[in-house]
Amino acid sequence: MSGQSITAEPPPAAAPPEPTGEARSRHLTGGLFLLPAAILLGVWLVYPTVYTIVRSFFGQSGYLGTWVGIDNYKTLFTTSTLVTAIKNNAIWVGVVPAFVTALGLIFAVLTERVRWVVAFRTVVFLPMAISAFATGITWRLMYQQDPNLGAINALGRAVSSAVSSPGVLSNALPSTTALQTHGGGLLLKTPLHPGGVALLGLTGIAPTDVPQGARQAVKPAGKSGAIEGVVWRDFKPGGGKPGVVEHGELGLPGVTIELRDSSGKVVQTTKSDPNGSFSFKGVSSGSYQAGIGAQTFAKPFGGYSWLGPSLITPALLIAYIWIWAGFALVVIASGLAAMPREVLEAARTDGATEFQVFRRVTVPLLAPVLSVVFITMVINVLKVFDIVIALAPESTQSNANVIALAMWRTAFSGFDFGTGSAIAVFLFLLVIPVLALNIRRFRREA
Amino acid sequence: MAAVAETVRVPTPQDTVAARILRALARTPLQILLVVIGLLWLVPTVGLFITSILPGTETSTAGWWKIFSHPSLATFANYSALFHAGGLTAALETTAIVAVGNTLLVVIVAALAGYAFAWLDFPGRDWIFICVIGLLVVPLQMALIPMFKLYDTFGIGGTALSAILFHAAFGLPFAVFLLRNFFIGIPKDILESARIDGASEIWIFVRLILPLGLPAIASLSIFQFLWTWNDLIVSLTFSVNTLNLFIFSQLRQFTQGTTVIAPATFLSLVIPLVVFFAFQRYFVQGLLAGSVK
Repeated sequence: MSGQSITAEPPPAAAPPEPTGEARSRHLTGGLFLLPAAILLGVWLVYPTVYTIVRSFFGQSGYLGTWVGIDNYKTLFTTSTLVTAIKNNAIWVGVVPAFVTALGLIFAVLTERVRWVVAFRTVVFLPMAISAFATGITWRLMYQQDPNLGAINALGRAVSSAVSSPGVLSNALPSTTALQTHGGGLLLKTPLHPGGVALLGLTGIAPTDVPQGARQAVKPAGKSGAIEGVVWRDFKPGGGKPGVVEHGELGLPGVTIELRDSSGKVVQTTKSDPNGSFSFKGVSSGSYQAGIGAQTFAKPFGGYSWLGPSLITPALLIAYIWIWAGFALVVIASGLAAMPREVLEAARTDGATEFQVFRRVTVPLLAPVLSVVFITMVINVLKVFDIVIALAPESTQSNANVIALAMWRTAFSGFDFGTGSAIAVFLFLLVIPVLALNIRRFRREA
Repeated sequence: MAAVAETVRVPTPQDTVAARILRALARTPLQILLVVIGLLWLVPTVGLFITSILPGTETSTAGWWKIFSHPSLATFANYSALFHAGGLTAALETTAIVAVGNTLLVVIVAALAGYAFAWLDFPGRDWIFICVIGLLVVPLQMALIPMFKLYDTFGIGGTALSAILFHAAFGLPFAVFLLRNFFIGIPKDILESARIDGASEIWIFVRLILPLGLPAIASLSIFQFLWTWNDLIVSLTFSVNTLNLFIFSQLRQFTQGTTVIAPATFLSLVIPLVVFFAFQRYFVQGLLAGSVK
């Protein structure tokens, strides 16, 4: 091209030093090209940074307020909601980068030899394009507590009813004080001896909740060497007498009855008949107690309170990992693609198993890429904000608090600009060492 | 290559039909696992979309998956109500202005600076460049309070411009870094010959650097656009009426139903998804430039 022909020519007038006027004009050109960036960075980044640092030593309101020294920083480490924010952020840093990196690595390795890899990666990467705010709202729908509404609790209910079905009488109550609650079930207070009869009356059972096939309750007469009894719905239209088996009252079939010896150990269990009667045979002499097993009263799965105070942070972590796994996958997969194939093949030829190849060759070779993902995630997590404010309902935002949210709430809901500035500076100080690592790498590559 | 592979393959006894079926079977559990993971990853977004097309009376009593047994429930009434109720169109407009305005501003300013750092000669050039990269460490939380006050003093809080300038400043350090590193890879000969031909620096910048730098500029634009479109904290702090702020103000009514929240949220993520699919290549390139390179 023309460039070649020109550089090939000897520069005729290049030998004497450049005129200072021209140099100055070139410096000026450089300055003009930089001017817009300098203004933006100066006004929107440098000035505010200095201001916020200074402001963090002054009181609550006003342009500067009054000098308070390090009081704002003391507040930061002593106010419980702010301490919660710091603790939560520590959990975020401890959990998210590791999980995201691990998931990305696993996905990248698993999809390496799958034909529709692009489709899978696109799907997992998709959340990266969505705002963290929209993700928060999306997951808030997923996390609704009612298993009829929230997809995650619906899944939980499906699993839990497959594992253990809800009890036949989840809402029943004892009809008299003779029955007392005992470890989730009920226990007859009065001790029984062989030949005795146990009366286990229950109320609070809606007609639709009476087990199918229930017949008129029958009180057994009692038999020597055995303990018999009846469990029945101690209620009939019009009331009836509590503790007495009357005509019109139904036996409760399928109820688990337990017989405990004097030490409280369960020695026999049985299920009641359609008329509610049951019998423990071959009971040796002694004192026993009869009762109804806890499983009878097992409540149906009501859903975890994901958005409640204790589960909100795990709920947030899951949603956040959902966003960023795709990022890790794409970055790690590109590192994987650039890996020397011969090394892997050599290891396989030497008889290494796939897992050994993964642990001893793939992971060490990928270490630089993995650390990039990890560090990027640490920075992201330190500044996390949008997803928390979107996913956590206002009632649990104090439990879900993180540093960036605490800063925003302190400054713009509480209008305490002093403490708000101190929190911002604290965040700044946390980010600096991590980003310094990243910038060093940037410069190496630049 | 192909011929070699052919000659090797034919005599291998492994490659019988049975062996191939066996190998496919061995991979089946993995394939199934990946399909399940992929579906799980899609569930939240699909759920949001289905919720957005269900009437509020349905979503308050049953989960969105009810649509699979009652497909006739689907309706776009929520969307038309949303557009007719007002507020949304203005919010969409503001979001678009902020996102496009910021993208243009960052690209122009960063390209100018990137060119200066790459190809112009002035004292302290590399040190200033390092300082600009150093500004990457400043989290935007550091600027919220002072800019809130400054905007208040000058009365520009709440305008699209206030958000554009804020985003642009915080986008610049990375943008300058990215473009400078790309521009420095442009062959020196091209620039030198233009200079000897008497071209001005501005001419070189507009006619040579910008077209040659297009791949990097494309990645940068996509990132800036998505970043601004998806922002909440800036519009929340300076009360800029963007789509996300519109949704945020509706959040308190979340318990009362999903008829506004769900369609508005879905709308807010349609544009980023379209941008993502249209420019996926540049998106991933930019991502890798930022992290692995």
